[in-house]
Amino acid sequence: MSGNAYISVTVNGVTHSRSVEPRMLLSDFLRNELGLTGTHVGCEHGVCGACTILLNGRSARSCLTLAVQVDGLEIETIEGQGSREELGRIQAAFRDHHGLQCGFCTPGFIMTITDMLHHHPLETDEQIREALSGNICRCTGYQNIVNAVRELAKERGPLS
Amino acid sequence: MKPVAFDYVLAQSVDEAVSALAEASGEGKIIAGGQSLLPMMNFRMVRPSVLVDINRIPGLDRIEERGERLHVGALVRHRMIASDPIVGSHLPVLHAVMANVAHLTVRNRGTFCGSVCHADPAAEIPMMTLLLNGIVHIASPRGGRTITARDFLLSSLTTALEYDEMVTGIELDKLPAGTGWGFEEFARRHGDYALSAVVTTMEHVNERAHNVRVAVMGVGDTAARLPVVEAVLEDRTIDEEVIVDAVEHLRTEIEPNSDLNASADYRRHLAGALAARGLRAAWNRAIKGEAK
Repeated sequence: MSGNAYISVTVNGVTHSRSVEPRMLLSDFLRNELGLTGTHVGCEHGVCGACTILLNGRSARSCLTLAVQVDGLEIETIEGQGSREELGRIQAAFRDHHGLQCGFCTPGFIMTITDMLHHHPLETDEQIREALSGNICRCTGYQNIVNAVRELAKERGPLS
Repeated sequence: MKPVAFDYVLAQSVDEAVSALAEASGEGKIIAGGQSLLPMMNFRMVRPSVLVDINRIPGLDRIEERGERLHVGALVRHRMIASDPIVGSHLPVLHAVMANVAHLTVRNRGTFCGSVCHADPAAEIPMMTLLLNGIVHIASPRGGRTITARDFLLSSLTTALEYDEMVTGIELDKLPAGTGWGFEEFARRHGDYALSAVVTTMEHVNERAHNVRVAVMGVGDTAARLPVVEAVLEDRTIDEEVIVDAVEHLRTEIEPNSDLNASADYRRHLAGALAARGLRAAWNRAIKGEAK
């Protein structure tokens, strides 16, 4: 019960096994243990959304999750979205709509939007804005992010 | 911004969880969604020496009908409440409120019962639990007990839970079909803790309001039902005169605090204004509900 715990977790399709201290946050595990520094750490108390990842397909704050809790679970991070040569679809929509400036909040937005596109109707701008409201961006004023999501939602069509 | 070191217990059953709490002699803490607990641990405002994780305990993630009541298990997430068809058909008011509970990502993890245990005076879930005459089911190595939400919620961030106890579920009233409801909230930013919110439900029978319930949050040490206001509205036709009367009683019955965000006077005024809107909405919905 005490001491380190041995966990095995699948991140972007690759399984990693590590011994972790129970107090290690998932955000720190991803960045410091696995070197996946695309997941950004902003406020570390669940307010800013920069550290958002997918946990078994649903968005979660990695700063409000302990690494020890995700033993055996599946995680997706921004690194799973695309590569420098070939951007993922949401990343490309952000580029097309100028949905980022400094880019610090962008990984969190893109992971939240992945959840939104899989599970939420997004039929109106109001719904889009409500779903995005847990992620903070200090550059764009959000309008271009909303534009990108509107296009992605239209492309996806109604939720089946 | 990192938690202090602690031991971690991944409980496989409620018995295992409560005996781990008992062994920790007051230094243990249950984690379910962790959306309030982990921020407090990151800030080191809470420093448990043992963290008992209940997320893998089977059977706690269900919403079940139990006669006239709904039972919400300890691992039911806000998202499940917001999308559950049983909740939608018996408690449309609860569906409507969920959009104001934090944000999408937090709703994926945070639990209904966890919010009641956290007992934030400006959170919607404790208020809804009071509105719906919540009964809290509690387990401990000494056996089980039940307690009303009213007796459970003692003060700001303070509940009647003993150190070796955990909440396994909360029962809520179902409301009769056609019950009208009103929910009005004011927060400085959407999804933030509100400065105040008012929720009310009523049935429309022979031009009068019946089974009127009124609850508020953000204007006292805990969310609260307002029995005096309910009595003013019960068996009355809800016109503007009655609403003014109810709002006056509400402003007398509550005891809001002043803080950085708003003065007590402002909160008292705000709660009254929200109540007036909520009562109109509930009455109109109740009239339509009866016609169905």
